[in-house]
Amino acid sequence: MPGEAVELEIPARAEFVALARLAVSAMAAADGELADERVDDLKLAVSEACTNAIEAHGAVATDEPVVVRCWVDDYGLEVRITDRGAGFDPSELPNHPPVTDPARLKFERGLGIPLIRALVDLVEFSSSGKGTEVRLVMRHADHGSSGPR
Amino acid sequence: MDLGLDVTERDGWAVLSVTGEVDVYTAPKFRERLIELVSDGKYRIVVDLEGVDFLDSTGLGVLVGGLKRLRSHDGDLMLVCTQSRILKVFEITGLTKVFSIHDSVDLAVSNGTS
Repeated sequence: MPGEAVELEIPARAEFVALARLAVSAMAAADGELADERVDDLKLAVSEACTNAIEAHGAVATDEPVVVRCWVDDYGLEVRITDRGAGFDPSELPNHPPVTDPARLKFERGLGIPLIRALVDLVEFSSSGKGTEVRLVMRHADHGSSGPR
Repeated sequence: MDLGLDVTERDGWAVLSVTGEVDVYTAPKFRERLIELVSDGKYRIVVDLEGVDFLDSTGLGVLVGGLKRLRSHDGDLMLVCTQSRILKVFEITGLTKVFSIHDSVDLAVSNGTS
């Protein structure tokens, strides 16, 4: 089956994150191969990545849109979120104190990337000073973690 | 996309029932409503998430901020949530250990009062 794709350019504003989630839901529904729970997980990961992208655009005050590409093939569903922000190094994200530490309550942010990592089958961040691309993959049930991707 | 934020009273607790999707767009309204309640002297708050269809880390941030604010007034914040897809977000981030999460408003209030 040839891949089917959707490409969406969303203005870098908070009200458009819901649209990115909707596009991914529609794509997953059309595909029909992922369990509802996994579609919810992917939507959450997309929401986190788009939120970061929009904040990255805000930080550099660009009018460029954030690009969300979503496609389906035999192996699963893949979403790429591309921004034109200043980039970041995912390996240099601060660690939160343990949840039992009262200091944990100082951290109201920074939960997005740990969530993305926990939710999808594969995540890759490619980042430079010109922007960031986040690749999120959810594999079909018959193409588990040993699949060719 | 509308976010519903209805407040009722139950045995000395303010119950904030949230409906709709909590994300980067709607979280500021949620945060403002919580801050308003605290400013009005409501230091014991139950946030009912049963009507929430979606909640991401911006929503978690609002709840963490609310809990911190209430604790600074010797108050408390309880959550009501039984939906697995919402609970999962708390579980992954370890916040099930930070928040007191209950199956119903009645259970949250009786647990918080006793």
